[in-house]
Amino acid sequence: MSKRTIVPFGPQHPVLPEPIHLDLVLEDEKVVEAIPSIGFVHRGLEKLVEKRDFIDFTYVAERICGICSFIHGLTYCMAVEELMKIEVPERAQYLRTIWSELSRIHSHLLWLGLTADAFGFENLFMQSWRLREYILDIIEETTGGRVIFGSAKIGGVRRDITPEKLDEILKKIRSYQKEMLEIGSYFLEDSTVKHRLQGIGILSKEDAQALGAVGPMLRASGVSMDIRMMGYAAYGKVGFAPVVETAGDSYARCKVRIRELDQSVDIIEKCVQQMKEGPVEIKVTGFPNGEFFARSEQPRGEVIYYAKANGTKFLQRMRVRTPTFANITPLLSVLKGCQLADVPILVLTIDPCISCAER
Amino acid sequence: MSMLSKSPWIIHYDGSSCNGCDIEVLAALMPRYDLERFGILNTGNPKHADILLLTGSINEQNKSVVLNIYNQMPNPKVVIAVGICATSGGVFRECYNVLGGADKVVPVDVYVPSCPIRPEALIDAAVKALGILEKKRVDLKTGDMILNSK
Repeated sequence: MSKRTIVPFGPQHPVLPEPIHLDLVLEDEKVVEAIPSIGFVHRGLEKLVEKRDFIDFTYVAERICGICSFIHGLTYCMAVEELMKIEVPERAQYLRTIWSELSRIHSHLLWLGLTADAFGFENLFMQSWRLREYILDIIEETTGGRVIFGSAKIGGVRRDITPEKLDEILKKIRSYQKEMLEIGSYFLEDSTVKHRLQGIGILSKEDAQALGAVGPMLRASGVSMDIRMMGYAAYGKVGFAPVVETAGDSYARCKVRIRELDQSVDIIEKCVQQMKEGPVEIKVTGFPNGEFFARSEQPRGEVIYYAKANGTKFLQRMRVRTPTFANITPLLSVLKGCQLADVPILVLTIDPCISCAER
Repeated sequence: MSMLSKSPWIIHYDGSSCNGCDIEVLAALMPRYDLERFGILNTGNPKHADILLLTGSINEQNKSVVLNIYNQMPNPKVVIAVGICATSGGVFRECYNVLGGADKVVPVDVYVPSCPIRPEALIDAAVKALGILEKKRVDLKTGDMILNSK
C-alpha cells in the first residue's frame, strides 16, 4: 500500500463561494476517503422562532439561503398556513409557482456557470451568468429584489403581476429559452466538457436511494422523484412530470439541470395561460396551533419544514431539512476513488448550498 | 481617477452569510457590472490579495479562519464588510452563534449595509477602497502606519 497523505480542502477555496471543509485522504492522486467538517456558517436561526413572531419569521426563513430564498419563504408559509387552516387564493398559488420556477432557472444558470468555472471554461461561465442577469431583471421588475424577493407571505403573496407584464415576461423568457438551449448545447456536446463530466462520480440508483440523495442528484441516477409531483402551489393544476436521467455521472446531473431549465419555462407559460384574475392574499387572523411537515422542491432538491405551534405569537419549534445536507452523504460516496483533480467538480455537482445545510 | 493606477486584487470569504451577498459579489465581477474594468481581479490566494471582502457575520468557528486570511494578506490591505450581516449581524443578530459584524475580529475600512447588497453598491465600495488603499500605501512608505494595528 502506498503512503497516505491528507490534503485539507477548504473552508476558503477558490472554487467554493462558501465554506465547507473536507479532509481528503489520498493514496498518490487517488482519494480513498473524504472526511467533512461543517459548521462554519452555522447561525442557529431555528431557535430564532422564540424571538421573532410567526409573521416576522418569513423574512428570516427567506434568508436561510440567498439563492433559493423564495422557495424557503414559500415552504415556511405553507407550513404555517396548514396550521392555521388558511386557504390561499388561486392567483397567489400561480404567482408562487411562477416565482419558484424563476428562482429555479436563475439557480440552475448559476450552477452551470460555477461548474464551467470549475472545469476551467471561463467563457461559458461568463455566458451563463450573463443570461442569469436577464432572469434577475424579470425578478426585479416583478418583486423589487434581485436575489431575495420578499414576496412570500402567509396567506398569499405580497404583490400581483399585471396581465400586460405577464405577457411581456412570457415573450422575454421565450427568447431566453433559445439562448439557454444554446448554452446547454455547449455543456452537452462540447468534447472538452464531456471529457471532464462523463463517467466522473457515478452514483448508482441503489446508492442514491440508500444514501438519501435528493433533487437532480437523485433524478440523474434514474429515480423519478420530485416533490412538485405532489402538486403543491399550482403544480397540480399545470401538470408535472420529473426530468430523469439514468447514467448517474456528473454529465447526467448536468443534463438534468439543463432539461429542467427548459421545463421551468414551459411551466411558467402554462401558469400564465391558466391564471385568472382574483385576489392574491387573504387576511390572516389568530395564531397557529399544532404541528405540520411542509415539503417542496428546491433547485437543489427536497426541503422539509417542520413547524410546531401552541396557539401563541411565537412558534414552539421549527426545523428545516435542506437538500444540501441530504446530499453530503452521497457526495462522500462519489468522492471515494476519484482523482484529486476531479474533487472540485464533484463537490459542485451536488450544487452545494452550505448556508442552507448549516442554517 | 489617479487611484486607478494600481490593480488591487480581491479575496472573498463568506463568514456566515445566506449566500445572497456572495452571489451578488460574483455578479459584480460578471460582464454586466464588470468590476474587472478597475483592474480588480478575484483571487483565491490571500497572499495575492489587497482587498478582503467579508460577507456574513462572525461566529465562533470562522473567527480564526477570517483572522488567518487577514494576517496572510500583505500590507497595505483594505477590508470591506459586505452586507448588513458583516456590518452588524443583521437579521441574525440575535442568533446564539452570531458574535456580530466583521469588525469583531478585523479592522473594517468600508461598510456596505443592505440586505442583500446590490452589485452597484459593491462597485461604489470598491472604488472607495481603492482610495483608502492608496492612502495606506503612502502612509506605509512614510512609516506612518503601524503594521497590523489590531
